[in-house]
Amino acid sequence: MCSGRVDLGFVLKAFSNGVDGVFMGACHLGECNYITHGNYHALKMVLLCKKILEYIGLNPERLRIEFMSSGEGQVFTKVVDDFSKQVRELGPLGSSEDIDRNELKTKLEEVRKLVPYIKMAKREKLETHFESEEEYEGLFTREEIDELFDEVVSYYIDPEKCQACMICQRRCPVEAIEGAKNLIHIIHQDKCIKCGTCFEVCPPRFGAVQKITGEPVPPPIPEQERAVKRKSKEK
Amino acid sequence: MEGEAGDFQVTLVKKPRYVIEDKCTGCGTCMEYCPVTYPDQYNQEISENKAIHIYFSQAIPLIAYVDQSCLYLKEKKCCICEAVCDNDAIDLNQKEEKMEIKVGAILLSPGYEPFDPKVKDEYGYGKYVNVVTSLDFERLLCATGPHEGEILRASDKKHPHKLAWIQCVGSRRVTPGDNSYCSAVCCTYTQKQVILTKDHDAEAECTIFHNDIRSYGKDFELYYQRTESLPGIRFIRSYASVVGEDPESKNVIIRYATPDEGVKEEVFDMVVLSVGLNPPSDHEALAEKFGIELTPHGFCQAPSTNPLETTRPGIFVSGAFQGPIDIPESVFGASAAGSQCGEFLDYRRGNLTKERIYPEEKDVSQKEPRIGVFVCHCGANIGRIVNVPSVVEYALTLPNVVHAQEQLFSCATNSAQEITDMVKEKDLNRVVVAACSPRTLEPLFRDTLREAGINQYYYEMANIREHCSWVHAKEPEEATQKAKDITRMSVARACLLEPLQEIDLPVNRAALVLGAGIAGMTCALSIANQDHEVYLVEKEKDLGGTARRIHYTLDGLDVQGYLQDLVRKVYQHPLVHVYTSAVITEATGYVGNFLTKVRSDRGLTEIKHGATVIAMGADVYKPTEYLYGEDDRVLTQLELEERIAEGDEKVVKAQTLVMIQCVGCRNEDRNYCSRVCCSESIKNALKLKEIHPGMDIYILFRDIRTYGTMEDYYREASEKDVKFIRYEPEAKPVVQATEEDGRPVLRVGVRDYILDRELAIDADIVCLAAAVIPPAGNKEIAQLFKVTLGPDQFFKEAHVKLRPVEFATDGVFLCGIAHYPKHIPEAISQAYGAAGRALTLLSRDIVTVSGSVCEVDEKRCMGCGACVSACTYGAIELRETKQGKKAVVNPVICKGDGLCNAKCPTGAIVLKHFNDEEILCQIDAAVPEEEIPQQMDKAVGDV
Repeated sequence: MCSGRVDLGFVLKAFSNGVDGVFMGACHLGECNYITHGNYHALKMVLLCKKILEYIGLNPERLRIEFMSSGEGQVFTKVVDDFSKQVRELGPLGSSEDIDRNELKTKLEEVRKLVPYIKMAKREKLETHFESEEEYEGLFTREEIDELFDEVVSYYIDPEKCQACMICQRRCPVEAIEGAKNLIHIIHQDKCIKCGTCFEVCPPRFGAVQKITGEPVPPPIPEQERAVKRKSKEK
Repeated sequence: MEGEAGDFQVTLVKKPRYVIEDKCTGCGTCMEYCPVTYPDQYNQEISENKAIHIYFSQAIPLIAYVDQSCLYLKEKKCCICEAVCDNDAIDLNQKEEKMEIKVGAILLSPGYEPFDPKVKDEYGYGKYVNVVTSLDFERLLCATGPHEGEILRASDKKHPHKLAWIQCVGSRRVTPGDNSYCSAVCCTYTQKQVILTKDHDAEAECTIFHNDIRSYGKDFELYYQRTESLPGIRFIRSYASVVGEDPESKNVIIRYATPDEGVKEEVFDMVVLSVGLNPPSDHEALAEKFGIELTPHGFCQAPSTNPLETTRPGIFVSGAFQGPIDIPESVFGASAAGSQCGEFLDYRRGNLTKERIYPEEKDVSQKEPRIGVFVCHCGANIGRIVNVPSVVEYALTLPNVVHAQEQLFSCATNSAQEITDMVKEKDLNRVVVAACSPRTLEPLFRDTLREAGINQYYYEMANIREHCSWVHAKEPEEATQKAKDITRMSVARACLLEPLQEIDLPVNRAALVLGAGIAGMTCALSIANQDHEVYLVEKEKDLGGTARRIHYTLDGLDVQGYLQDLVRKVYQHPLVHVYTSAVITEATGYVGNFLTKVRSDRGLTEIKHGATVIAMGADVYKPTEYLYGEDDRVLTQLELEERIAEGDEKVVKAQTLVMIQCVGCRNEDRNYCSRVCCSESIKNALKLKEIHPGMDIYILFRDIRTYGTMEDYYREASEKDVKFIRYEPEAKPVVQATEEDGRPVLRVGVRDYILDRELAIDADIVCLAAAVIPPAGNKEIAQLFKVTLGPDQFFKEAHVKLRPVEFATDGVFLCGIAHYPKHIPEAISQAYGAAGRALTLLSRDIVTVSGSVCEVDEKRCMGCGACVSACTYGAIELRETKQGKKAVVNPVICKGDGLCNAKCPTGAIVLKHFNDEEILCQIDAAVPEEEIPQQMDKAVGDV
């Protein structure tokens, strides 16, 4: 396992569990013994996560990445001591930032649920590669993170248009779509990861899946009303 | 040493270590208590060490030994170490041991001795404390060095701010005590030290006093440019000497001369002497003992057709005893020597191998986890700080833990047995060892589980030494709490571990070698001599590659004669199958199981092979400058050599001949040095001087890069009145066809920096040192075999130093000038090296693939391809299915880094053994649930 394996979700989970700081150690940039160079990925993840912490209202200094080799024990202790000191100065998570405990937990969990969406929306930037650490500064901006969360998309199946063809239900990677033959499909918003697969695979002649941005998603239609009324049969 | 090749008897004297190797665990307690301090040799005697110590922190084996400074050894007193060692590993009465061993071949790798600048007055080493050697400085820079990575001056323990390096200390000089050769590594190691110094102190001012900058290695030119472009760096071309120190500040005074300012003195806080490489100090005794011959410089004598072979059959050489060489050459030279021992002893291969048999693995995947926790004291290493019994007690309270105990040293043989026994007795199905870093001992404990009949991936290691006791030596209570936390996290993870199977793949015993130049043929023969079929594929009609155009070498080898002999051996070898005029049309498969389609003179062939060697050579730049192609008196060096060999009178009877170096490289288009041209030009110049001593030969150069012992030929050329004139890239020479007194001449204009004026040389022949350029078709081949090219478009090895003849793609190897320009002996050495590495694969029946690789849950995959772009090994591809595109992992190619896992939005691709659940449960266990509300409350309460 390489430092590039560390998932955005892991860091958010740690904060959600109430830790005051998260430290990540990775190999020196550009010195990968393989051709992986995953530490650059770790760096990008950390930079993105820092902006997300800011968005939530947390001090981004609570997350730190440092690069060192396994032969540099002294460097490791020095860096960790320094970070511990810094976190202690920052104070306990939330209170120092004036955020209510429950509110913070809710916010972090909300963001954590959006990790798949964030990975998809920021994929291109997460794939960029520069040689030096400096060049990554400003890779992610506060504005774009605001925009990212302001424009969170949702998907909704228009019951009027759904022909209960099962295509989206079968293709949904996380089994968030409920439906059967002749039963109008609905998306369980709590399970949905906003990948848009349903939107893409719904046959254009139905066009039943809608992409909703910045508006609440209508509630799914009640179970008893889900039987498909086919036009052809009506005739 | 007695006997002969194939049957040597060697008597070895093993000096007493005074520590029993099997018992010592490297815990370091003895070193703490030892009362004797003496200068630490590993740290260049800058800091102190103890009489009992481990040589350095990465030593193998990582166990202690007692030095002659020990009080007991000197005066029969003390013995404290004996008393404090919990494992009874000290034996101060150990005696020298004589061992007789029988071997078939011997490999000499005694290394080198750094030049001692004390023999020269002019550097003040040993006289002025702030003058250090590059090796001293290397230790100062290192985190495990005398001041833990702080660069401090000996005089006042302050950080030097203004530093100077003096190059070529002990090298490139014929004065007594010096070496006439170039030490080959100093230019680049100095640049490394400068970069690291700037990392330590961004404001540091660094000055390098140098002669030619010899950045002849792969990527070295870029490295030189990187160093040069740092702020506060001066490269000054001048001889320099240390003339004194300031008595107050102990700053060092250097005297040097520049063409603009004449002789100057300048003061520096610290001076680093870039010392060269001497032969090993006991080289003469060594040569006598083994009956081998030495070069006049004291290095091992070897023919240029086989730089790994000593003058005595069955004895081989590798490393710096071959002569001054850099790490990559040393590493592939070692593999090369290995391959030759293999050729030599192939008939006995595997005779001493014993197969290990493990008990059958129990399937416990359906059972409730039953975890055993073993907490290690590591002698006093953990136990003195962490309250081990309390960690054991705590572990017993954790869910699913059915057994917990302490061990003095979990890694000791008896402890491993204890673990195996406990697994059986308590029916454990998962094991946690709370001890040290998994880096060293995880394989050992996994093996212990296999011995106990449990899947090895049911093992989990909790690091309570490096991450705990070692860093919290002064806070035992907190350390104990932390050890509990770490153990709890490991237990949580252990519950979720899954049994994983390692895949054994059969290996096809044949190799495919692409390219039949000297490198390709040498490699093919070495593999074939070890009883493996080799398919040798050459794009031309004839074998030989670039060497067909080379007639002689600097040391007088008849290249054509050698080549003919090599071609004959290739054709005569029953196991080498040659395909000429060949084109590769398709290449599929993976390590051990490649399938390549070749269209050649023999028609279309499908070749199955286990290993691939790329040795496709390189091309020569066709100059567009200096009237090349317009005037037939302008030649490349290769053309000149052909003309000399033919005895072309226009060439050998020329009155004046001008050579221009660095044509087509060390520029924007090709930002690298072609490595061979300086020596090749000098070779041709010497040849011409031999034929026609009166010829005026000028070599216009930027830096003369006759590294290593080739320096001697540079000196010889100078002595024979070959004129060397340096030019700057901004003021390149100008060639123009004109007439002088009715004689048609090529007038070469160049600025002479020493005379400080423009010169016009009327030449009959102008010869260009045209660059070696990457081979045509390199991109196609790289794509076919899924390997990569470097920024210079030569093939890129997996790691410059660690794996110089391998690609990151398993089973594919590299040698010759397809890797980078190099001389014939170097290409031969690398070819044997590639053969040696290929043999480590081919000589086994199977390759084992780790169980910790990635896997795709097809249902969850949405076919976005984020994993495909994250994988640098090309292990993942998208395949069309009825449910759209789906990622598929080839577990054989996957290296288990898990980047794909972190990029996958849906969690479809999973790195086994490090999956989300396993890691998240550790994060959850890091802060126990009951503590979260408290922490949060505390947080809220503070508002």
